[in-house]
Amino acid sequence: MTDTPTRTEPADWATDQEVRWCPGCGDYSILTAMRMLMPELEVDREKTVFISGIGCAARFPYYMNTYGMHGIHGRAPAIATGLAMARPDLDIWVIGGDGDMMSIGGNHLIHALRRNVNLKILLFNNMIYGLTKGQFSPTSEVGKVTKSSPMGSLDAPFNPVSVALGAEASFVARTHDMDRQHMMEMFRRAHEHKGASIVEVFQNCNVFNDGAFEEITKKQNRDGNLISLEQGKPIQFGADGEFGVVVENGAAKIVAVADVGEAALLVHDETKADPSTAFMLSRLSRGPFEPTPIGVFRAIERIEYATSSTAQLAMAQNDKGSGDLSTLLRSRGTWQV
Amino acid sequence: MTDTAPRELPLQELAEVIIRFAGDSGDGMQLTGDQFTSISAALGNDLATLPEFPAEIRAPQGTLAGVSAFQVRISDFAITTPGDAPTVLVAMNPAALKAQLKNLVQGGAIIVNTDAFNERNLEKAGYESNPLEDGTLDGYRSYPVPMSQITRDAVAEHGVKPRDAERSKNFFALGLISWMYTRPIEPTMEFINTKFHGKELVIKANEAAFHAGYNFGETAELFESHYEIKPADLPSGEYTNVNGNTALAWGCAAAGQLARLPIFLGSYPITPASDILHDLSELKHFGIRTFQAEDEIAAVASAVGAAFGGALSFTTTSGPGVALKGEGMGLAVSLELPLIVIDIQRGGPSTGLPTKPEQADLMMAMYGRHSESPMPIIAPRSPADCFNVAIEACRIALRYRTPVMLLSDGYLATSSEPWLLPDIDSLPDIGVDFHTGFNGTNEDGEGIFLPYLRDPETLARPWAIPGTPDLMHRIGGIEKEDGTGNISYDPENHQKMVDLRAAKIEAVDVPDVEVAGDMDADFCMLGWGSTWGAIDAAVERLQQAGKKAAHVHLTHLNPLPKNLEEVLSKFETVICPEMNAGQLVNLIRAKYLLDIKPVNKMNGVPFTTAEIESAALKAMEAS
Repeated sequence: MTDTPTRTEPADWATDQEVRWCPGCGDYSILTAMRMLMPELEVDREKTVFISGIGCAARFPYYMNTYGMHGIHGRAPAIATGLAMARPDLDIWVIGGDGDMMSIGGNHLIHALRRNVNLKILLFNNMIYGLTKGQFSPTSEVGKVTKSSPMGSLDAPFNPVSVALGAEASFVARTHDMDRQHMMEMFRRAHEHKGASIVEVFQNCNVFNDGAFEEITKKQNRDGNLISLEQGKPIQFGADGEFGVVVENGAAKIVAVADVGEAALLVHDETKADPSTAFMLSRLSRGPFEPTPIGVFRAIERIEYATSSTAQLAMAQNDKGSGDLSTLLRSRGTWQV
Repeated sequence: MTDTAPRELPLQELAEVIIRFAGDSGDGMQLTGDQFTSISAALGNDLATLPEFPAEIRAPQGTLAGVSAFQVRISDFAITTPGDAPTVLVAMNPAALKAQLKNLVQGGAIIVNTDAFNERNLEKAGYESNPLEDGTLDGYRSYPVPMSQITRDAVAEHGVKPRDAERSKNFFALGLISWMYTRPIEPTMEFINTKFHGKELVIKANEAAFHAGYNFGETAELFESHYEIKPADLPSGEYTNVNGNTALAWGCAAAGQLARLPIFLGSYPITPASDILHDLSELKHFGIRTFQAEDEIAAVASAVGAAFGGALSFTTTSGPGVALKGEGMGLAVSLELPLIVIDIQRGGPSTGLPTKPEQADLMMAMYGRHSESPMPIIAPRSPADCFNVAIEACRIALRYRTPVMLLSDGYLATSSEPWLLPDIDSLPDIGVDFHTGFNGTNEDGEGIFLPYLRDPETLARPWAIPGTPDLMHRIGGIEKEDGTGNISYDPENHQKMVDLRAAKIEAVDVPDVEVAGDMDADFCMLGWGSTWGAIDAAVERLQQAGKKAAHVHLTHLNPLPKNLEEVLSKFETVICPEMNAGQLVNLIRAKYLLDIKPVNKMNGVPFTTAEIESAALKAMEAS
């Protein structure tokens, strides 16, 4: 089992299937980041599995030359949990959109996170239903006008990072489709993490919700509106780092560094056992139109689910010996006729 | 205890007795019945049990809704049912008497705890006067016993508080019945010591109560005789007493070994299927992984994921859960992966009757998924048969790479019977090989893997699991091209795939049905699942009355046995008793255009032999 994985190139991770996302879709850049990252991770293709549900994002497994399953709507985290338990030796990625993971599959997502199953979950959030042609999604803003909400959506949106932290996920990060290096870094971190990791990827749907993240992800807007979280560093942003984040009255707040002094800024600690500070950071932005944190919100060590399950099997075998059918059938007493 | 000298009472031999223990749901009636069953099994009697409990854990005390009962039939001959009506009723309170008296045979014996017949309990049970005194029990042999008082007196010397003392009264009843039917004392003493290990006071109290009951029978001048039921003439060998859910769990564990595969169970607790989850969770040393999922959907989805990874995968549930698993099962049909879905059927629709059996999920098993989504269906006929049927379900799932539906029900789940243990070496090898090499070539002559290239004999696709070098492939619920498995919306391909999935299931190798009873009869009863015992017993009664009757019982419901049409066509009249509104009848009529007649019952209680016998006589007269 100590075989060094075969050296690969990004092209080795591509399949012969034609990629069928709309031209200009943000999914392309995520796929490219993933294919470029894989050789760097030094993993075997046959040990890698992509599991997805339904939606545009869920076509992802067909484009990766690994094992893969395109499942049913919302159930990818549950399918992957079964696979991860049966096969703790595999490297399993779960791919889904905001409808798949936050709406129809919201239950499975939070339970996979709280159990800390060894899955790398990538949530492509485009704040819209793409495959069904443009209805509002559970991450769409209130008032969103779509075909199913002609007078505006009434639903308060989910913030996926807040939801994940609420479920006490052990690894939570956010990135966006306009920055390949950052995506690769977040995916790499997710891969290194033992347990459930979730990465929210802001992803542009250029057909049904074009420009949804433009105010924060466009090159000229990034300095002012993307707050890059870096471990052990004061949380600061702006072209010259002129803005920062402090905690005041139990909430994170944006301040001008000049007003409070650098020493007053919140120093980011993703390893904090208590998720409250990370949660505060997730509430800093009301949507992708004002300064929004990206990076790793939380990365803590917590016992992984399949590992615990395997340990129980070993413990049982240690106590009772390997299962013997003949003994089992006699375990409730027998008599002779 | 009394100091009266034991009397010499006549010992009468009986062929069988049907006892129903009934009390409040906190009175320990299930435990009492179980223990009486165990002692009788060890004596070599044939037996069958029928537990009956309320859906609530602790229904209001003393009320009709809170009555818990356990019926056990023991005999000196082979039996297949727990009996239509008890001949002995043990009633621990007025509610138990009121709820159960109607079931007792005329002239039957009632052993009643008179201490519980106070004004308050009578009122709770809805009695306006005391049935022990107002003639309600005329026509029965009634034995009034102050069980609570004697129990309290008997345990007092051990320092048990009066409030706790009364909790031992079920052991008083067990002691009394053990005396009546000359059961040995020792096994129950051992049972008490094991069951209540570490609770010295409880052990002492229960032992004392048991002895008090036993001695009461011997010394109180209440009973005119006691009884003996000789061992039954059963095939020789080693037996254990097993209920359907445990036999199913053991069958699953066995199948894992026979297939040399690790087992994965994805399940969500639901009555009456939860015990399978409990039993398999105890078997971690068999390498069995159980996953209590967040819901029924995750349960089936996780099992599909585990099957993709090469596990022998199960999901266990009851009807409401099957409804939720429909899409997951459809995925397994499309992915063509092995999966066993176990449905312990209960009354419906919706929550229905969680603790009562029905056989009304057959159509859901057949057609309860969208589009054309065929699955093999298989049903055990008795508690012990659940073991064999679990293995057979796995064999089909593995050989044909398909989800299989196993339909048991709440009756089989909780009732028990002696089971002649199988020779483990005689169990079938159901192992299949994972696919490990290329099975095709591309235009350049290089080896490739085609995940939907089928075995020409079984039409099963290759099962290549993650981790296998070079065979990386993607499967999914979208229609795929036969052979390559690539996404395909091509109309002709879809038609081909629909036809292939149907042909694969239709060709599952299913053994021919056999005719039981009179081969040359004009009259036949067709059954499936748990009606087997009652139909079998009814055939025997008809034969004893000089009538000819045949019995055909289906284990495989999809596909149906190849000889079924021919077999059924030979009979002039075929009736089909089932605990639904005629589901198998509809399937048979639609498939073979045979006019078989429905006999239906949906009151949450299994068919009695008498009901089937009477339906048979009526059908014979009509023809």
